[in-house]
Amino acid sequence: MTDARWRHGTGNGVLDVEGISVTFAGRRVLDGVSFKIGAGELTGLIGANGAGKTTLLRVILGLQRPNGGRVLVEGAPLTRLGRSIGYVPQKVQLDPDMPVRARDLVALGIDGHRFGVPLPSKTRRATVDEMLHAVGAERFADARVGTLSGGEQQRVLIAQALISRPRLLLLDEPLANLDPGSTQEIIGLLHEIASHQQVAVLLSAHDMNPLLPVMDRVVYIAGGRAASGRTDEVIRTEVLSALYGHHVEVLHVGGRVLVVAGLGTNEDHCLPVETPREVG
Amino acid sequence: MFEPGFFSSQPVHVALIVGGITAVVSAVAGVFTVLRGQSFAGHSLADVSTAGGSGAVLLGMSPLTGFISGGLIGAAAMDLFGIQRVRGRDLATGIVLGASIGLAALFLFLDTSAGAETGATQQILFGSIFTIDSSTVPIVAIFGSASLAVMAAIYRPLLLSSMSSDVAAARGVPVRLVGLLFILALALAVGLSALSIGAILSTALLIGPAAAALRVTRRVGLSIAVACVIGVGATWLGVLLAYDSYYWGSSRRGLPVSFFIVGVTFLAYVASGLPVFHALVDRRPDTAAPDAGER
Repeated sequence: MTDARWRHGTGNGVLDVEGISVTFAGRRVLDGVSFKIGAGELTGLIGANGAGKTTLLRVILGLQRPNGGRVLVEGAPLTRLGRSIGYVPQKVQLDPDMPVRARDLVALGIDGHRFGVPLPSKTRRATVDEMLHAVGAERFADARVGTLSGGEQQRVLIAQALISRPRLLLLDEPLANLDPGSTQEIIGLLHEIASHQQVAVLLSAHDMNPLLPVMDRVVYIAGGRAASGRTDEVIRTEVLSALYGHHVEVLHVGGRVLVVAGLGTNEDHCLPVETPREVG
Repeated sequence: MFEPGFFSSQPVHVALIVGGITAVVSAVAGVFTVLRGQSFAGHSLADVSTAGGSGAVLLGMSPLTGFISGGLIGAAAMDLFGIQRVRGRDLATGIVLGASIGLAALFLFLDTSAGAETGATQQILFGSIFTIDSSTVPIVAIFGSASLAVMAAIYRPLLLSSMSSDVAAARGVPVRLVGLLFILALALAVGLSALSIGAILSTALLIGPAAAALRVTRRVGLSIAVACVIGVGATWLGVLLAYDSYYWGSSRRGLPVSFFIVGVTFLAYVASGLPVFHALVDRRPDTAAPDAGER
């Protein structure tokens, strides 16, 4: 397992995942997963479907109790759930006939956890406008959020997650079901959020290729274990072979990375471990 | 339009007050019910209320006591059986629904075969707003206020957890408690509605105004306001038409008020689908066509 190295030195660590293990019904889903993320870094949580990415994100959020290990956010254990983490889930219930405008959804990011009916407030509205502008969503701010395209909805959800000014932003498969154009736009937006606002961004994806140009670090999950570090440190034949427990080959094809199994021993059994996806 | 005695009649006054309170509570609960996709649960609570109401009559108590307590017990049972889990939800609702219809069949049989309460079936299933005693008004007001107060208190967490229970939970919202409080508030709304227009028809007053309002508005607060106007309007118009129907023709037999209330609600829903309202809601301020964006 690759040692998690600190890019910006110590002192600005935002997320510290230490030896997380999770067992579901006797099956070990995560087995001693450790990595660190610093402020301003964009980290890809890469793994095949079912590798445990969502489980790991739920553990970090405090929604899933791990069987072992601990999570430190800004150096402190998660004692109370709160606003230190922004979260964009994979599935959000947004039907076209729901009377909720994009700006209403963003406003829930400010005070959605509070009891009582919201009162109109100028500061609240200004904060929402500012955040809608920051993610490029002001054009459809007053449209019903359920009628927006996938990329537009992602912008709105990111705005909702960011409006409480968290230091850590978690996104579960934000690029799934997006067309290539929207994929590039959302990646650009997340890169900007990480580098300009010094937010630590951790997003899960089953395909790392669209993220390669902007990803500062990668956490690669396979078989319940994780390897983390800079992309060129982790996405290597030796590292990923050790992780999978059998030989895999990292191929660079036309500017894209493919992880394939069995290459070099028997070419007839060359199976892509990570499904390549057309981008652009 | 207003036949003689409408404004001086005591039963009419009670009907307008009880119907008005019921319509407001049902409209508010209805908007959240539709938003959360819990219409099935709402209908199921109506069936539980039927069992409660018919059981209360059997014990010589007022139907309202049975409607409310039956609904609250049913709501608690649904929560216990896993309504908070997406997959368990329809299953839990269906189990409670089936059991309560069975009980209602038994209770109504016993009510009517006992002989003393021959009108019980009609009263419980289809309501009889003109026969409500004026002493019931304060009780209706208390239950109605309780339901509205609970929904006002959980307004924001309920909205947030309706969209994503994980986001809500990560923000510290007690998602399960909020869901339970809502279903209890919903049970109160359904119980009041059962008293006014009958247990079977209560779903119409719950879902109808809300569904119509959701089609013509873009904001939850406005949806609730429009649903209240439609619900109260339909109820009061229904009371008026039922009162007037006594004078229609020469038979001197009034038609059921529940029929008129549900009928007006249905017409409001049909009207909400008119293209004029769609243009109002679906316009996207800075784009020429709805699909011209980044699709």
